[in-house]
Amino acid sequence: MDDHASTPWQALARGRYLRSAWPWRAAGYLAGGALTGPPLLLGLVLLAAVGVIAFPLLALLGLAGLPTGAVERRRLRIVDADPAPTPHRTPAEPGPLAWARLRYREQATWRELAYAVLHGFVLWWVDLAAVAALLGLPLLLLTTPLQLALAADGEVKVLKLWLVTSQPGALAFAAAGAVLLPVLLHPLGALAGARAALTRALLAPRERELRARLAEVTRSRARLVAAFESERRRIERDLHDGAQQRLVALTMALGLARLDAPPGPLADRLATAHAEAGRVLAELRELIHGIHPQVLTDYGLTGALADIAERSAVPVATDLSAALPRLPESVEAAAYFGVCEALANVGRHSGAGRAALTARHTGEALLIDVSDDGRGGADPATGSGLTGLADRVAVLDGTLTITSPPGGPTVLSLEIPCPVSP
Amino acid sequence: MPGEPLKIVLAEDGVLLREGLVGLLTRFGHEVAAAVGDADALRTAVAAHDPDIVVTDVRMPPGFGDEGLRAAVELRTARPALPVLVLSQYVQRSYAADLLDSGDGSGVGYLLKDRVGHVEQFLDAVVTVAGGGTVVDPEVVRQLLRRRRDPLAALTPREREVLGLVAEGRSNGSIARELVVSEAAVGKHIGNILGKLDLPPAEDTHRRVLAVLAYLRG
Repeated sequence: MDDHASTPWQALARGRYLRSAWPWRAAGYLAGGALTGPPLLLGLVLLAAVGVIAFPLLALLGLAGLPTGAVERRRLRIVDADPAPTPHRTPAEPGPLAWARLRYREQATWRELAYAVLHGFVLWWVDLAAVAALLGLPLLLLTTPLQLALAADGEVKVLKLWLVTSQPGALAFAAAGAVLLPVLLHPLGALAGARAALTRALLAPRERELRARLAEVTRSRARLVAAFESERRRIERDLHDGAQQRLVALTMALGLARLDAPPGPLADRLATAHAEAGRVLAELRELIHGIHPQVLTDYGLTGALADIAERSAVPVATDLSAALPRLPESVEAAAYFGVCEALANVGRHSGAGRAALTARHTGEALLIDVSDDGRGGADPATGSGLTGLADRVAVLDGTLTITSPPGGPTVLSLEIPCPVSP
Repeated sequence: MPGEPLKIVLAEDGVLLREGLVGLLTRFGHEVAAAVGDADALRTAVAAHDPDIVVTDVRMPPGFGDEGLRAAVELRTARPALPVLVLSQYVQRSYAADLLDSGDGSGVGYLLKDRVGHVEQFLDAVVTVAGGGTVVDPEVVRQLLRRRRDPLAALTPREREVLGLVAEGRSNGSIARELVVSEAAVGKHIGNILGKLDLPPAEDTHRRVLAVLAYLRG
């Protein structure tokens, strides 16, 4: 209906403006401005008057722009397909005091106040005048015959200027209205576009505010990952210091009991229990290793990657000739689990006979390649492990690339920026 | 238990396990001169007691990283002949390799803690290491043998099995009993292994262990 234009200006530029809903949206927007203006003006004046008497209340005037901004941003949707989100941040702490403190410090609050004052004292008059002149006037002309028919005294004074007493005369005015209406709808649309642009400029978040918010989101995601990582390490330590120690003590006690027990059914049962405890211990060891490999903490990536390569079911040729520097924990963990996942996939799906692992640090970034000679066709979209891995790397601003044409070879590349001072 | 009573310094931060180990070792006639809970105390205890062997955990306070292993490596650097048996929760070459690289590679052991439960095997290892032998946990050896590196690929499955048992510090007689073959057959296997790994054959048991060490260090 509106040719996918998202503002009246775009609609005007693309033609077909008159046949779309845009003229009516523009008129609706301006009329809305004329309606919201008076109560706003009244509110501002009252608030200022009360503030003069009860001085502390004047502080409230500073926040008067907030509801205005909220209403106006919503109203903006009439003529602007792009949503205008709130430019305000959410306070870090609960409570009205923290909220107020943040609001008074935000530039957006003061822009909203400026808008409220501007709208209350000036803009709504402009809106009203525009709607009256550009829409009201031609509509009034168009309805002249009707006005004449309804007039009790048989005459109508059009625009208080011209006296019309006959229907042909009235029809002439109606014809003029019919010509004027489409002509005047154009400046109406242009004005509504200008009003919307002004509103957006003052009430929508600035780029800096958006960037700040994005940075905050990125930081909180990184914090989440770090918290997740430290939780893993806590679980690992708890298992290591608790369950594992007790199990070792248990196998030791069972081992001693076996030495003391005379040959017979008791010794056999002790042997069974001993073997079972040993298996539990081995399983627990693998589990703990999967949660957080201690070798990563103690030896860094170089040692840990050599270790993964050794555990791999498919033989892995490693090129770790240039020892990697110690990197931030989150980078080392992401790289480690990345290679684990990659080699696990090689073992499970690729049908490869050999794999190769290279890792190096350029001074700016960590680069890791895992390749295999398998059948290829790996699709990162289908592997939840790979998706999780990509997410994990993305948190660190890194990238995960997989090339895997049918028939192979599959190459998984990890690049994580992490500058290291020499 | 064969052999003389040994004077042992023990380092393990888990109280339960430490007490258990002390009980186990004293029960079999050894003297635990000191049982400590962290790496610094270990260094002090070794200086004070001049033990026949040090038995230590890898992970210890204050950092709960590889302090115990580092302390062991340091002790052996200062006194290369000091026998050290390290107990670990991890099947990891890096730890074993660091340890075996310390000193001249004799009188060291790297065992998984699980092995403590196999009381006789554990006591054997203590005695072997104290006597200048080298003991590597079978799990670690198994992982190494899985690597299918070229020299090892030349070994037959039986030869790998023998190499694994050699790495545990077992004697020819013990290996023969384990595999139910004659001692002569074991000797022949070991000769073949040393040949394939390009190590000159010798009767010296320490030389045999080099076969495994070569791979741990690789």
